[in-house]
Amino acid sequence: MKTSVSTLALVAALALPGAAFAQDKNVKIGVLDDMSGLYADVGGQGSILAAQMAIEDSGMAAKGWKIDMISADHQNKPDVGVNISRQWADQEKVDGIFGVLTSSVALAVNGVAKEKNVVYMNSGAATSDLTNAACSPNTVHWTYDTYLLANGTGKAVVKAGGDSWFFLTADYAFGQALERDTTAVITANGGKVLGSVRHPLNSSDFSSFLLQAQASKAKIIGLANAGGDTMNAIKQASEFGITGSGQKLAALLLFSSDVHSLGLKMTQGLQFTETFYWDLNDGTRAFSKRFSDRMKNKNEPTMVQAGIYASIIHYLKALDAMGSNPHDGVKVVDKMKSMPTDDPLFGKGEIQPNGRTIHPGYLFEVKKPEESKYPWDYYKLIATIPANEAFTPLAQSTCPLLKK
Amino acid sequence: MTDAPMKTHAAAPQMRDETVVIMAMVAVLAALPALGVYPYFVMQALCFALFACAFNLLIGFVGLLSFGHAMFLGTAGYASAHAAKVWGLPPELCILFGALSAGVLGLLVGLIAIRRQGIYFSMTTLALAQMIYFFYLQAKFTHGEDGIQGVPQGYFLGFLDLSKPLVLFYVVLAIFMAGFLLIYRTINSPFGEILKAIRENEPRAISLGYRTARYKLAAFVLSAGLAGLAGATKVIVSQNASLTDVRWEMSGEVVLMTLVGGLGTIFGPVVGAFIIIAMQQYLAEFGQWVLVIQGVIFVTCVLAFRRGIVGEIAQALRRNL
Amino acid sequence: MFNISTQALFAQLLVGLINGSFYALLSLGLAVIFGMLNIINFAHGAVYMMGAFCAYFLLNVFDINYWVALILAPLLIGGLGMALERTMLQRLAGLDHLYGLLLTFGLALIIQGVFQNYFGSSGLPYAIPQQLTGGQNLGFMFLPNYRAWVVVFSLTVCLATWFAIEKTKLGAYLRAATENPALVRAFGVNVPRMITLTYGFGVGLAALAGVLSAPINQVRPLMGADLIIVVFAVVVIGGMGSIMGSIVTGFALGILEGLTKYFYPEASNTVVFVIMALVLMVKPNGLFGRA
Repeated sequence: MKTSVSTLALVAALALPGAAFAQDKNVKIGVLDDMSGLYADVGGQGSILAAQMAIEDSGMAAKGWKIDMISADHQNKPDVGVNISRQWADQEKVDGIFGVLTSSVALAVNGVAKEKNVVYMNSGAATSDLTNAACSPNTVHWTYDTYLLANGTGKAVVKAGGDSWFFLTADYAFGQALERDTTAVITANGGKVLGSVRHPLNSSDFSSFLLQAQASKAKIIGLANAGGDTMNAIKQASEFGITGSGQKLAALLLFSSDVHSLGLKMTQGLQFTETFYWDLNDGTRAFSKRFSDRMKNKNEPTMVQAGIYASIIHYLKALDAMGSNPHDGVKVVDKMKSMPTDDPLFGKGEIQPNGRTIHPGYLFEVKKPEESKYPWDYYKLIATIPANEAFTPLAQSTCPLLKK
Repeated sequence: MTDAPMKTHAAAPQMRDETVVIMAMVAVLAALPALGVYPYFVMQALCFALFACAFNLLIGFVGLLSFGHAMFLGTAGYASAHAAKVWGLPPELCILFGALSAGVLGLLVGLIAIRRQGIYFSMTTLALAQMIYFFYLQAKFTHGEDGIQGVPQGYFLGFLDLSKPLVLFYVVLAIFMAGFLLIYRTINSPFGEILKAIRENEPRAISLGYRTARYKLAAFVLSAGLAGLAGATKVIVSQNASLTDVRWEMSGEVVLMTLVGGLGTIFGPVVGAFIIIAMQQYLAEFGQWVLVIQGVIFVTCVLAFRRGIVGEIAQALRRNL
Repeated sequence: MFNISTQALFAQLLVGLINGSFYALLSLGLAVIFGMLNIINFAHGAVYMMGAFCAYFLLNVFDINYWVALILAPLLIGGLGMALERTMLQRLAGLDHLYGLLLTFGLALIIQGVFQNYFGSSGLPYAIPQQLTGGQNLGFMFLPNYRAWVVVFSLTVCLATWFAIEKTKLGAYLRAATENPALVRAFGVNVPRMITLTYGFGVGLAALAGVLSAPINQVRPLMGADLIIVVFAVVVIGGMGSIMGSIVTGFALGILEGLTKYFYPEASNTVVFVIMALVLMVKPNGLFGRA
């Protein structure tokens, strides 16, 4: 119902190109990300750079568009995210908010974007709620979500013979959701979960939990956590001789920056799912070369930063197709949903009615140190998950927007 | 903290001075939105100002440095958010419920913490606050990292529509003033005089027959409840309750606000809160440097500026402010 | 839940002992500083972090190995600590002790913020030294050699510190200066220098703990920020009156926490605080504290 109304509005808007007003070709983009905290290497300055590159690459300036960008640090705190995005909408007249790592902040900003009717394109949050229970006509979710992580890694690992699991789960909503989703995938594919232990968020010592995992004799130790927790768990697992003794680790959420930080010696053999890897094909390599040349620390882009680039490219394409900026979030998102996505980083895809962007996912395995030939040569591609299998099937989505 | 200037002037002219300053403060605050200041910014600063005033009641007038005051801010926040979102209570009851919850927590924590003085008291409050933080991190009703989002604002007293920024603003200002005046009355009451006597010389107060532990506990509970009032109001403003408000960084921030404004002054915490919140607001894009700047301010204040802004002004004017 | 094997119990006890080593080293440093300067060093966590970073840079920039770093890093960081004491902390002499807490809190914010700005948050890897890789199969568990080394080494350092303070002449001066600085000065001892050296030593202990932890944890700017609050609780439980008290409490709480991780992992990060509350109710001065 709502869609048809806004489509009508859109038609009306297009029918009167510049009749009453001069065409408004001003756009203001806000990049809101973790600039200093746990995920600063996943997003951070790289997110800002990716946004700048997208604006430059879009060629919009040559077409008479004036695109401004501002950025801020949400510090992984939902209230900070809400305050900044509310102020951006009220005072800075921001048209679109991009990035927003961390599920808690992502969900909080989701509410503000809807209330203020701005475009919200998330790249970095894991929660699949953004396109299910919490879906909104203003929101597009790019890059990945817990469904993809659980499904991609869980299924592939079980099929490869890893049919008994023990979870190390971060004891908060994200970890629990990841454990729950992955457990469902494991049992559906004929594997079984032997047990799990909940560890507090930001644990520095995993030895006790790892001993319990070891005692379970499970083939796979699933790490349903993120960031520093995952890294410490991986590091200490190798110390306790777990990886050497036949048990394997499966990290459910790991970024290339994490692998870089831990080093190949520690991470070799780890399997996990991502949707972008800098060394995947010519398109990703060309982008990544330009990207890393401009990064202070010469890091290659993560999938989150790539997602920011791709989502801004698509957003600007939609605006360009509309001819002028309506400063109306729902309208622009509807336009974006009507156009197929296509960029060199994620390939062809589309935005589903619930706001989920679908594109292929990839199961990677970290190379052994001796297999790595050049800097950042970290991944082997194990399997490609086609776009239509990578994300929640529309029929299963609980998004209220889908109910007609 | 005996460093703050606390001379006992003749009470009457002093009170008159303060009344003038209080009225001027209300006038300026009430006019801010009309002057084009973003109302949400002022509201947030007001909540923190009340929080800092509540904290200052302990450090400035009882000499107890609590390094865990965030637990009261956050507890009230969660309580009122839960009351508003899950139970559907009207905002005034939510705020009241939040403040009460913080007061009850204050009683429990106070019973343990006031057994020690000085640095031990600070460390104890910090450790207990960290325990509370972990509790909220894992508790179901707080939704852990996600926090409680989309808290309904509703109608204050049944007719004031809080979703209108200006209405919300004046309600918040009224709540702030109520809390501020309560603190002001308390420190000028006989009860307040006894607290100051405890701060200056506890053994003497004991020998005069005062059961100082009870007075300290009462002050602690009052401070916790008022910090809770700030936290609950903040939740109604920002429409979300999150772990940020229970972290130790938050406990540190309120110390900083009070220190910058002036420990043991009446208006110092308000000034300090506005400065720190403005700084966070305008330096947000510098992300990682905000903490460093806060650290530098801390060090500067402690080394060279112990009276704080209002304390220095008061010293120059030879008045208590 | 309680039908665990003796083997698993042993394993958890051992693991707890390892964590206790860090608590003991850190709370010992706090106790030494507190004894002499009467301030609680809030920057202790930041110093611990700097110790780990120092080891990282010594290895990766100057190619100086772990063993040398174990001595060099505490000396370097201890020197830095002494400079801070001379330039800042000394100015607070005679003021309320809480100002020392506030100053060091500010210093901790600055140090952690600067490191975060330059090194991000995900941290840097530091490998276990060649000689200590691998481990022993004890039957009930696989004990990494490095962890065994951590326990033995930190126990040695703790006991040596205890001996130096409680049983030597220098220690006697130190203790006397804590009780009555004016009198000790009258005997011709340079008390301010003694204070500076003590601060340097306490800080050096924290840096040492940082170097020890570098191969176990990622070297991260915030690695000490949360740890220090737990150590504060440890200090409150033990009471800062006695050196031995802080060592024993550190190890004991590490073990207790290890057991909690097995029996009821959800409570493992609150158990120390709960115990602190209980101890305060029964013995407000701490288990080893003086009234």
